[in-house]
Amino acid sequence: MDYIKKQLPNSLMKTGGIMLVFGVIILILSFVFTPERAFFDYLWIYLFMLSIGVGSLALVALEYLVGATWSTPFRRITEIFASATPLLIILAIPLFFGLHDLFHWTHTDAVQNDPVLLSKSSYLNVEFFTARTIFCLLLWTMFYFLIARNSEKQDVDGNPVYTKKNITLSTIFTPLFVISITIAAIDFAMSLEPHWYSTIFGVYYFSGTVIAALAATTYASVKLKEGGYLDSALGNDSFYSLGTLIFAFNIFWAYIAFSQFLLIWYADMPEETFWMINRWDGSWKFVSIALLFFHFIIPFLLQIDRSSKTNFKSLKIISIWMLAAHALDLYWLIFPTLFKGNAGFGWQELSFPLIVVGLIMVIFKVSAEKKNLMAVKDPKMQAGLDFHL
Amino acid sequence: MFGKILKKLDEKLLKSEPRTGKLFAVAALFDKPDDIIHAAEKVTERGYKNYDVLTPYPLHGMDGAMKLKPSKIGWVAFIAGISGTTLAFLMMWWMSGIDYKIIFGGKPYFNLPPSIPIMFELTVLISAIVLVNSLILIYMKLPANANPLMDTEFIKRVTSDKFGIYIQADDPKFNVDEVRGLFQSLGSSSVSNINEAEYEKGDSKNPLLSLKFMGVVAGTCVVTVLVSYFVLQVLLFMPPFSWMHEQPKLLPQGKSNFFKDNWSMRRPVEGTVARGFIPYEFKGMPDSMVVPTPNPLPVTKKVLEVGKKRFDTYCSPCHGYFGKGDSRLRGQFPAPPSLHTEKVRNWKDANIYHVITNGQNVMPSYESSISRDDRWAIIHYIRVLQRSQNAPDSDLESK
Repeated sequence: MDYIKKQLPNSLMKTGGIMLVFGVIILILSFVFTPERAFFDYLWIYLFMLSIGVGSLALVALEYLVGATWSTPFRRITEIFASATPLLIILAIPLFFGLHDLFHWTHTDAVQNDPVLLSKSSYLNVEFFTARTIFCLLLWTMFYFLIARNSEKQDVDGNPVYTKKNITLSTIFTPLFVISITIAAIDFAMSLEPHWYSTIFGVYYFSGTVIAALAATTYASVKLKEGGYLDSALGNDSFYSLGTLIFAFNIFWAYIAFSQFLLIWYADMPEETFWMINRWDGSWKFVSIALLFFHFIIPFLLQIDRSSKTNFKSLKIISIWMLAAHALDLYWLIFPTLFKGNAGFGWQELSFPLIVVGLIMVIFKVSAEKKNLMAVKDPKMQAGLDFHL
Repeated sequence: MFGKILKKLDEKLLKSEPRTGKLFAVAALFDKPDDIIHAAEKVTERGYKNYDVLTPYPLHGMDGAMKLKPSKIGWVAFIAGISGTTLAFLMMWWMSGIDYKIIFGGKPYFNLPPSIPIMFELTVLISAIVLVNSLILIYMKLPANANPLMDTEFIKRVTSDKFGIYIQADDPKFNVDEVRGLFQSLGSSSVSNINEAEYEKGDSKNPLLSLKFMGVVAGTCVVTVLVSYFVLQVLLFMPPFSWMHEQPKLLPQGKSNFFKDNWSMRRPVEGTVARGFIPYEFKGMPDSMVVPTPNPLPVTKKVLEVGKKRFDTYCSPCHGYFGKGDSRLRGQFPAPPSLHTEKVRNWKDANIYHVITNGQNVMPSYESSISRDDRWAIIHYIRVLQRSQNAPDSDLESK
């Protein structure tokens, strides 16, 4: 292989930084004028960053676990996205100032008069919530550092022992990840409506995180490949698998979303249906329909053709599309609690795209500064480069 | 032992060599995946069109080596899948919305959400069936019953441990010696000619119609049926579950040793009447003994509707829907007299009640089938029927 490390352009840092600053200004303004709404916006941003960071970490672990070779050329890019994970600890702090605005179950007087919430209060209370959040964040961060460190050490001497170590780490991490992502989904998104419950909710959020992580990796890989930052031996065929995985996880998402909906629809019990009815009220109806088309039907039809998965242009379109669809998905999960009756999108929500895009650009630039963009001495690398359909 | 029998059958029924048909292809075996990819590249370079590569497992890079265009089989699957979706949608819509309407959970008759799993399943099923059939159609070269490659040493090797390539004789550039030379120069471990599957001279009729082939198919069917019958009905036979039937409880009119009188049921305490079982005081007495009591029910729409329903269920089979005695059972049962005669019209309600409760002539007692109130409701309805057939002029004038 002929990979030589090239520094990413500084414009990435500059553009990202400017977007981030503007986004933070909008967020601060909305904290001043509409504090409750600002916390919901912040939760939206936080969950999206969590999707990218932790979803990428899960993808890295998945590659080690199943021994995939095609994804080895892209693994370092996924690792760079996963470097958002440690940042989540800092980003979580503002959330704790907004617990009262975000979560109804933190209102102790309301809980006392509500038998449903009272019976759930042994799980949904601030102390246990904090403990769970810390547990999840520390778990993810720890495994990110362990896996990424081994992977980087291998760049120096190419010792296959590091691959073995990472396989062991991934084997331990995967079941823990399943538990922790379920906890995170229930705590951050499902408990916004503490009366509602869905046992499939963790899987639903997980399917979204993987799509977001895959889409981010695909977009970055295609961009870097076009800019000549990656090895010249890396062919279009390797990208085919990224496109296929997005396609597959998109269908998986639709399957889970529909399973959740169908059971609620069938049972028709008021304690479950109100969550869906909230998302069918007024203009929320259009958001729900848009989610169906935007997240599943249109990408499904776009990606059904084989050539769309090896064509760089359509890969870029689909990955940006899916990132936007995941943002819409999160919006659909979070905001009906705040905007009862009608969906809303104001200047406050502009902070989301600005901060998310800016932050990811900055993280990518900073994190890629010290690393190779490809795991140069990974023993599986040559097999990954040789991958042909 | 089983393998030996199969081998003997194989030799007896499916002669593999020597074949006398015209040359179908020249085939070559290679030992390593890299060799076969190299061979495929070279064969493509020479400009051969009708050739194919067979490997025991999919080889990455073969598409490029053979310069294959994207397969059109995807479109077959797509169209089959779409027809499956449409078919399932129409099926669900017709069945639940039109043909057999059942209210479920207060929902509309036809709903999209529960149809989606069916639509999904049928999409998969139809596309799978169509794909498998197209595969058989293409690979078996219907109407032939087998691809000429079948039962050759070549196909046996490429399905286990070797990589094979063959060039068909109908290729425009085909020349036996050239092709053999090409394969040998590429390092093939064995090159062979494959002839069409004709074992005797002039054996050119459609192999699907050959007596031997049809005999084997029919024999296989018979053996399969017999074996599955034996396995399911004799070898693995289990009596159907009877656990629901055998319960530790006393059945009515059954014997029990629990009580002294050996009855499983208890008789009511003397002098009491069970709830809802008001005895009829004129039971078994002639008409003349009946003391007329008025109909206890008011004439309301609700009562008449109950009466009509009960009349249509219990009375109309013999008396007819309008009480004219034109029963549906005519010819099998003696038809009862009309309910519109002078006699019946002048009967008091209590008399009709007496007949329903006691029975009359051939008519049995309906005491146990129709509840007390329903009997009185039927009487109101009979009065409605009678009025409808014998309306006085005043009825017309008052409207």
